[in-house]
Amino acid sequence: MKRTFSERLAILSDAAKYDASCASSGTEKRTSKGGKGLGSTESSGICHAHTPDGRCISLLKILMTNFCIYDCAYCINRISSGVERARFSVEDIVWLTLEFYRRNYIEGLFLSSGIIRSSDYTMEELVRVARVLRLEHGFRGYIHLKTIPDASPDLLAEAGLYADRLSINVELPTEKGLSLYAPEKNAAGIRGAMGHIRGRMEAAAEKAPSGRRPPRFAPGGQSTQMIVGADEATDHDILSSSATLYTGYRLRRVYYSAFSPIPDASARLPVIRPPLLREHRLYQADWLFRFYGFGFQEITESRPGGMLDLDMDPKLSWALDHRALFPVDINRADRETLLRIPGIGPRSVAALLAARKHRTVRLEDLERLKISIRKVRPFITTPDWRPTRLADRTDLRALFAPAPAQLSLL
Amino acid sequence: MTRLHVVTLPADASFQTWRDHARELLRNDTPASFVEWRVRSAQDDLFAEESVLPAVAEGCQRTVRRGCVKLLQRILCHSSPDRFSLAYRVLWRAGRAPGLIRDAADPDIAAANHMARQVRHDVHHMKSYVRFSEKQVAGSVSGSQARHFVSWFEPEHHILEIVAPFFAGRFADMNWLILTPKGSVAWDGAEAVVTREPCARETLEDETGHLWHTYYRSVFNPARVKMNAMRSGMPRKFWKNLPETGLIPEMLAEAARRGAG
Repeated sequence: MKRTFSERLAILSDAAKYDASCASSGTEKRTSKGGKGLGSTESSGICHAHTPDGRCISLLKILMTNFCIYDCAYCINRISSGVERARFSVEDIVWLTLEFYRRNYIEGLFLSSGIIRSSDYTMEELVRVARVLRLEHGFRGYIHLKTIPDASPDLLAEAGLYADRLSINVELPTEKGLSLYAPEKNAAGIRGAMGHIRGRMEAAAEKAPSGRRPPRFAPGGQSTQMIVGADEATDHDILSSSATLYTGYRLRRVYYSAFSPIPDASARLPVIRPPLLREHRLYQADWLFRFYGFGFQEITESRPGGMLDLDMDPKLSWALDHRALFPVDINRADRETLLRIPGIGPRSVAALLAARKHRTVRLEDLERLKISIRKVRPFITTPDWRPTRLADRTDLRALFAPAPAQLSLL
Repeated sequence: MTRLHVVTLPADASFQTWRDHARELLRNDTPASFVEWRVRSAQDDLFAEESVLPAVAEGCQRTVRRGCVKLLQRILCHSSPDRFSLAYRVLWRAGRAPGLIRDAADPDIAAANHMARQVRHDVHHMKSYVRFSEKQVAGSVSGSQARHFVSWFEPEHHILEIVAPFFAGRFADMNWLILTPKGSVAWDGAEAVVTREPCARETLEDETGHLWHTYYRSVFNPARVKMNAMRSGMPRKFWKNLPETGLIPEMLAEAARRGAG
């Protein structure tokens, strides 16, 4: 019996939820004002709903089909999995995207797919959705396309013409993990495609000497995702891999997805609860690298076993390992040093530097600068505050670590 | 001796109304501490006069920086009755110390930044949580093909003028109407019209809403329940106008069942 539209939507969105990204940010600014068409983009994305798993809904995130010829162990849609299968036509996806968009449910579409027939055939169908949305319906909202690694360069070029963002998942942080769990995928192929995309993006940003603009190519950049906790990679492995992705391939974002046991899981995988706290700590470390001037090496070098501390955030943990650098005089320290103080972020640093031009900052001023006195007090000095005892205490770590919790018996 | 000036404004007075009064006060060199800003409440009798201005000469001698004007525009969208006096205090002081607004540790600037932040959040929430329902219109009068959509939203502050361009730039090929307790915004394909007349709620059944609920339920991963993260992204006060939040108890029960199994 043919499934209803709603039933197919349930299957194809259920199949897409293991992709963490839902970002609709970082692209060029567009509106549909004054012309034909529908939609606009904002410099920072908009979330239109949040689900109880704490994730936001910004884009309509679906698979074109969850049929797949590959057998990646961590994936719910692998050929050997017993899940229900469905497929949407190009017209189905276009219609749904536009109807959701008109009701302000979403910022746009994040389209991915299982591999059917061949990589090129699948990629061609994904690109067709984007082309119909852009050219036939004048859609100016956000489009994120998942790229099939070994699809032909021509298809990739066309994808970049319509999409705001492209992504290819590296899936597992190490090559060993990938060959173990995803026998048909290869790390070199994935990196090759990422390098190719980077090249095209840079070419699109350059003007020819004649003044002619090269064709547009994914102005929102590329992103990727790594599954955390399915293989034996340490946080150090994961973060080094991210460092390469950010600096070598100029990725806009690396997403970390705590491996969550999937229905009908492969017997090769560990049976565990998703390591949500570990995922959270990795994101914090990623932030330190991107916005706080930390090197990835610094964050994990003093950690036993290359694993981040689950009890406290990586910045606090780093500060406790480098006590000699504290306390910091917040009236004299430079920007880089201020960013190292636990409890102070880039925005507070900017406010602090501006306020310093007008006054000597005292402890009571911090509250107005949106800085928590409780968090920063052990690490700073002001004319009216000096943490004489805190930094010398040997039980400093215990002061910050959470109270021990009773372990579950079962 | 300088006498106390009393300025009475309607509760939803716009930036322009406030600015006209502020300019007049500045022209007379009236310090902030000598002005009392009052809000005319609904209980006031009909004869309680709004302050009437003498014709204001265009162009005031004192100028403030653009960043300061932007901040004042933002805080005058706030619903707090204290905004008029705070804004005048900031204006008065900034005229004498141009760098003032960069000092976030100053109590007046901290209060102004706080109001501006709340207004910014309100604007962001409105862009996020306005939900349109399609309204079937029998026989289009103008012969236009545009479809009609209506929304009900409850903003905390007077932000309709700020968000109108966003919706106009995004839903340009539709006819839409956003109703709120603080006024309405309407778009007919050419112009966004903002009013400050309180509106009555209008609810419409829209078939596509069911597909949205299907999507919301299916994209949720029951292996990871993080209600605090959810509530910080989508505060409780919005739930009553977001029908899908009615599905949450059932989704959590299902997640607990699967977790136990």
